[in-house]
Amino acid sequence: MLSIEKLTRTFGQNTAVDKVSFTVEKPAMIGIIGRSGAGKSTLLRMINRLTDATSGRILFEGRDVTALKGGDKRAWQSDCAMIFQQFNLVPRMDVVSNVLHGTLNRRSTLATMFNLYPDADIHRAIEILDRLGIADHAPKRAEALSGGQQQRVAIARALMQDPRIVLADEPIASLDPMNAQLVMDDLRRIHEEDGRTVIANLHTLDTARRYCDRVIGMLHGRVVFDGTPAQLTTGVARDIYGADASFSEDSTSTSIETLDRNTARALREAEAAI
Amino acid sequence: MTDMTAGQAAARVKSVQDAYLEMTRRKRAYGAVMLIVFVALMVSGFRVADGRNAGGFWDGIGNIFQFPGEVLSEAGQKIANLPGLMWKFLPSLIETVNIAAASTLLGALGAGMISLLATRGLAKWPGLIGLFRRIMDILRAVPEIVIALVLIFILGGGPVPAMIAIAIHTMGALGKLFSEVNENASLKPVEGLQSVGATWGQRMWLGVIPQVAPNYLSYALLRFEINIRASAILGFVGSGGIGYDLKNAFSWGQGRYDEVAAIFLLLFGTIVLFDQMSSHFRNTLIGED
Repeated sequence: MLSIEKLTRTFGQNTAVDKVSFTVEKPAMIGIIGRSGAGKSTLLRMINRLTDATSGRILFEGRDVTALKGGDKRAWQSDCAMIFQQFNLVPRMDVVSNVLHGTLNRRSTLATMFNLYPDADIHRAIEILDRLGIADHAPKRAEALSGGQQQRVAIARALMQDPRIVLADEPIASLDPMNAQLVMDDLRRIHEEDGRTVIANLHTLDTARRYCDRVIGMLHGRVVFDGTPAQLTTGVARDIYGADASFSEDSTSTSIETLDRNTARALREAEAAI
Repeated sequence: MTDMTAGQAAARVKSVQDAYLEMTRRKRAYGAVMLIVFVALMVSGFRVADGRNAGGFWDGIGNIFQFPGEVLSEAGQKIANLPGLMWKFLPSLIETVNIAAASTLLGALGAGMISLLATRGLAKWPGLIGLFRRIMDILRAVPEIVIALVLIFILGGGPVPAMIAIAIHTMGALGKLFSEVNENASLKPVEGLQSVGATWGQRMWLGVIPQVAPNYLSYALLRFEINIRASAILGFVGSGGIGYDLKNAFSWGQGRYDEVAAIFLLLFGTIVLFDQMSSHFRNTLIGED
């Protein structure tokens, strides 16, 4: 379905993404992990064509996406939704208008400039918001919502595109543990219920383990691991992050269970000390 | 039980949808009314203005290219004179640019001061914010040509009255823009400096100016371009520079359109030059971030 061949991107002297190749045969939920600067964001931005590749190809169902230009490129972007760390909504517009932005590629520029959308689209936008549990916030301005709610509006905008692929660039890095879990559950549901491919950059290992069918590890722009979450041992994780033996998965975790685990251990140790 | 909750959920979504569609329809209706009012005002306003014109707009519009055509054809005939004439007018162009530069510099310094005094949250005397805003309004409201005429009457003709007149207007105009920039500056560094016991002057100079300097510069450079034109126009009322030469070339009419063309070319070249220079400086300043 999606196949990436020796994709490379250089910025001046630096190689952000270095000959990355992998193939996605059928819809899956894929997590990309690696430390900051490993090239995860650049890779996703190249798939969405926000950033141009220096060399290499991205093939989607046999079509070379990297060669698309103008209207074809925008049509591909409409098929390949992107979710950002900082949500990237229009803060002063209401939630439904932000979700309706997902249809911009299909509508005329003039009509959308006057905020004229078909009633059917407005109905669908609110149904999507309801599916994500934030329909009550529909008429509010996007900036009035909390971070977790804004990220769900961004997911609704992505779903409004009715995309084949959903790319998520650190979708939970700006969220508290509770909202992070809600957002990750939503992304998993998009994959399971709609059969869409979800590719997410994640900064915590346990999230990748818990939600993804397949994990790709990147270091210095190269793919250094590609396998199932079960194959992702602590040793492998140390290699991906270029860390030494002091590396512990729990210390980077933000999930509520791990925090509970840590608190419980701390309590036990405290009790033992008494 | 599940059926009932599903039914309730569907009803809730329906009510949200209806409420939102209702709001959208209302907004669209307002938009349509605004559009009709806008078109009606434009059309009626144009008709009134056209009726009050000495000639008719539609009769006169055909002649709009006659004057430039005359200038261009005469300049075309004497195209060999142009380089010499441009060299001849260069000293007055330098005088004009000089007036603009000095007045922009003085005006921007004054504007920086007064804008800090007129910004909520930064002002030294919060009670006097209104006073400083009104002062800026007055500086901006009086046309520079009026100030220049009064000053020429008092001080006599020359570049100094023009410089003062433009500086006063610049101070008012930039002061307003600067104070809007100041409002967007973060108060956190200012609070940080306040916590170590800094004076108001130290807080502004070390806490606010570094944040707003790039925007100040870009507004000041835009104002410099505007001031070059303003200082050329003030030449018409007798304060020297290239405007004075332009007026003479125009008013003595016959046979001097080559001079007019030379002066226009010089002015155009100057504006292009300073536009390029200012965008270059802006880019290097932003590049440092």
